[in-house]
Amino acid sequence: MSSMVGTETAAREAARRRRPKGPPGEPRRLAYLYILPALIVFVTFIGLPLFRSATFSLYEWDGLGSSTWVGLANYAAVFTDPALRGAFIHALVLIVFYAVVPVSLGLLLAATMMRAGRMRGLGLFRVLIFLPQVVPMVVVAIAWRQIYAPEGPLNSLFRAVGLDAVARPWLGDYTWALPSVGLVGTWVGTGLCFVLFLAGMAKVPRELYEAARLDGASPRREFFAITLPSVRGELAVALTLTVIAALKTFDLVYVMTSGGPGNQTAVPSYEVYRHAFLIGEVGTAAALALVLTALVFVATVIINRIGDSNDGSAPAGASGIRALARRNRSGPPVASSDQPGPDPDLDDAGPEPEEPAGSDDPRQQGRGR
Amino acid sequence: MSRTTRKLARFAAAATAVALVAACAPGSDDDGDDAEDNGASAEVETDLEDLGDVTLVVWDQEVRGGQSEQIDELNQAFEEEYPNITVDRVSRSTDDLRTTLRLALTDDDAPDVVQANNSRTEMGQYVGSGLLEPLDAYADTYGWFERFPESVRSLAMYSDDGEVYGDGALYGLPQMGEIVGLYYSKPKLDELGIDPPTTYDEFVAALETADDAGELPIQFGNLNPFAGIHEYGFVQNQFLDAETIRNLGFGRPGSSWLEPESIEATETIMSWVDDGYFTDGFAGLDYDDSWQQFTQGEGIFLVAGTWLLADLDDAMGEDVGFVLPPAGASGQRLVTGGISIPFAIPANSANKEAAAAYIDFITNADAMTTVAEAGNLPVVDADQQEASGLQAEVFEAWGQAGAEDLLVPYLDYATPTFFDTITAAIQDLLGGQRDPEDFLNHLETEYLEQVGG
Repeated sequence: MSSMVGTETAAREAARRRRPKGPPGEPRRLAYLYILPALIVFVTFIGLPLFRSATFSLYEWDGLGSSTWVGLANYAAVFTDPALRGAFIHALVLIVFYAVVPVSLGLLLAATMMRAGRMRGLGLFRVLIFLPQVVPMVVVAIAWRQIYAPEGPLNSLFRAVGLDAVARPWLGDYTWALPSVGLVGTWVGTGLCFVLFLAGMAKVPRELYEAARLDGASPRREFFAITLPSVRGELAVALTLTVIAALKTFDLVYVMTSGGPGNQTAVPSYEVYRHAFLIGEVGTAAALALVLTALVFVATVIINRIGDSNDGSAPAGASGIRALARRNRSGPPVASSDQPGPDPDLDDAGPEPEEPAGSDDPRQQGRGR
Repeated sequence: MSRTTRKLARFAAAATAVALVAACAPGSDDDGDDAEDNGASAEVETDLEDLGDVTLVVWDQEVRGGQSEQIDELNQAFEEEYPNITVDRVSRSTDDLRTTLRLALTDDDAPDVVQANNSRTEMGQYVGSGLLEPLDAYADTYGWFERFPESVRSLAMYSDDGEVYGDGALYGLPQMGEIVGLYYSKPKLDELGIDPPTTYDEFVAALETADDAGELPIQFGNLNPFAGIHEYGFVQNQFLDAETIRNLGFGRPGSSWLEPESIEATETIMSWVDDGYFTDGFAGLDYDDSWQQFTQGEGIFLVAGTWLLADLDDAMGEDVGFVLPPAGASGQRLVTGGISIPFAIPANSANKEAAAAYIDFITNADAMTTVAEAGNLPVVDADQQEASGLQAEVFEAWGQAGAEDLLVPYLDYATPTFFDTITAAIQDLLGGQRDPEDFLNHLETEYLEQVGG
């Protein structure tokens, strides 16, 4: 018996000795083995296609016969051809409708609802606002195409209230076609932002608001001092998702306008499809796709920087966002001046507040941490 | 690894990537040598029983009701006729077929028969890359040259390099014809006391009468870009002569968009816009919504293709009629039109002789009857079919177009990118974003860039 115990101890000892020092995953070679399966999937389905697209983008090729090396000419075309450049400008306009407006609306709705406290029919309201997210985009597009039709419900509504001058063929109007498409994006995106923010705000401890109210903070002040910083992570997620959705818009344009009238609603994804499959300019399509990929990548990085920069000073209630916001920096808390919002005096490590600690001073935020 | 070696390694990796990118040119293994064996001299085997057991893979895009049944019926009859051949039908929507066809044709194991759109962007490119089989040898054997008039055949003819359209070798055969003519509402014309117009002057008079009576003269929806080509072509046919339109449509060097007649045509269509002869808000009106409004009595005329034959017949019955576009300056009732997507044989097909026999079978006299019975417009023999009502009027118009050589091609055939150019430009024109002169100059510039003076 005792000898067995002895052997076991010895074995355990040996095992401990064999386990190399350092953090788990060391040595590196072993770590690479762990990520190998994921790496294979990534390389097969993302890496190689991306590489192949990069190859295509340097050739003039119709997708069938032999190809001609053109170097970076396809990329030059993306930036100089007014039609292609226009597509990117339209995508930027769509960001306003897909990201800026839904995020603002979502914030406003969620904050109002949180203040309202227990509200009758809250669940129903939440479902209704989120519903567009569940409907397939093609169905959304077809439905809205009908709504925007010259004799459609929207124009009928305007005419019914005497606004005949406002009624117009929305999707065929040179000024209004793009905003009309964008508005559908707003309609779809708001629900997602709203639900995200609602979840984020629910985690903010009530005491923060109570304390703020005791100190006499206005609802507006409460929003900028407590609510907005608490949902910074959600904000990053919402912005990332909606900005990407704006940049890669395809289905709405494909179904609603085919890029028209003229080229007023042409967007990069649609141009990629058109060039690759309809007119056989695979090189141009690949170059466009890569520029779009780069744009999405840069946008994501920038947005996540914004999301991360508050890690050090976010209130406790926002802990849940960290999984979402994928924090990868572990530096010291960022200086308060990096924060959005009108209150540079929020961080208690910062300079003394200039205005006297009075009605609006939201210092209690620090205590909540 | 030290910092410098790491840097070196990175540089090496980047250099390798660049080298790899440069090395593997897409599609470079295909030099289009396949054009050699076009079988022009070889004897064509027409006795399919000698071929043994064959599975014939056929890709078509006839997915709509009547058309799908028509193919199924013909496939069954073909299998009964040749028990050793099995038809493996792959049916996709037009768009799905188009996007997958490029890959399928370059594959060594290509389908045996495909529906390849006869436009430059599709059939033209496939021919230029040596991916389709020239059918002239089969046409000799099966008598297609006699059976199909040149105006029909030329729509599926290309030079070897795919650059010249409308001339060269035959690459496909269609089942159906299509023309963009003038549908009219019979009760409304009766009410207004006008006959179906046969000349430009009569047509304009009818438009004025209708407008004065508070009726919508022309039902039109231009939300879908293709619709504009049909409307513009309809007006153009009343100002230009057949030769000029064909030169423009086929993209023949030496043609120009700046002829005085083109300016007149463009100004005329704009004057119709200004006079409110088209549906209010046509720029935002969906194509399908537009013709459905026509069936509900909005508009006395509708410029549309024979592909709406079955739908309009169903919805309006005796109340709808069809005529060729009115005769204008040329004195001829020129009509834009063409053929349904032709059936072609991929160069990589392993069963070309069976494929040719199949194409012959689905376009022979019996097949044309099947097409007519399914409510569609057979590309040949239309005058021999039993038809009544709207179908009879369409068949008659098609017959007249063939007999009098009135068919002119769609304007977007001109260059691979001309569809986009002209559809966007027409939307710009009708939307008041370009004046007629600017519109034609824009078309001329794009046209010359691709076609050459």
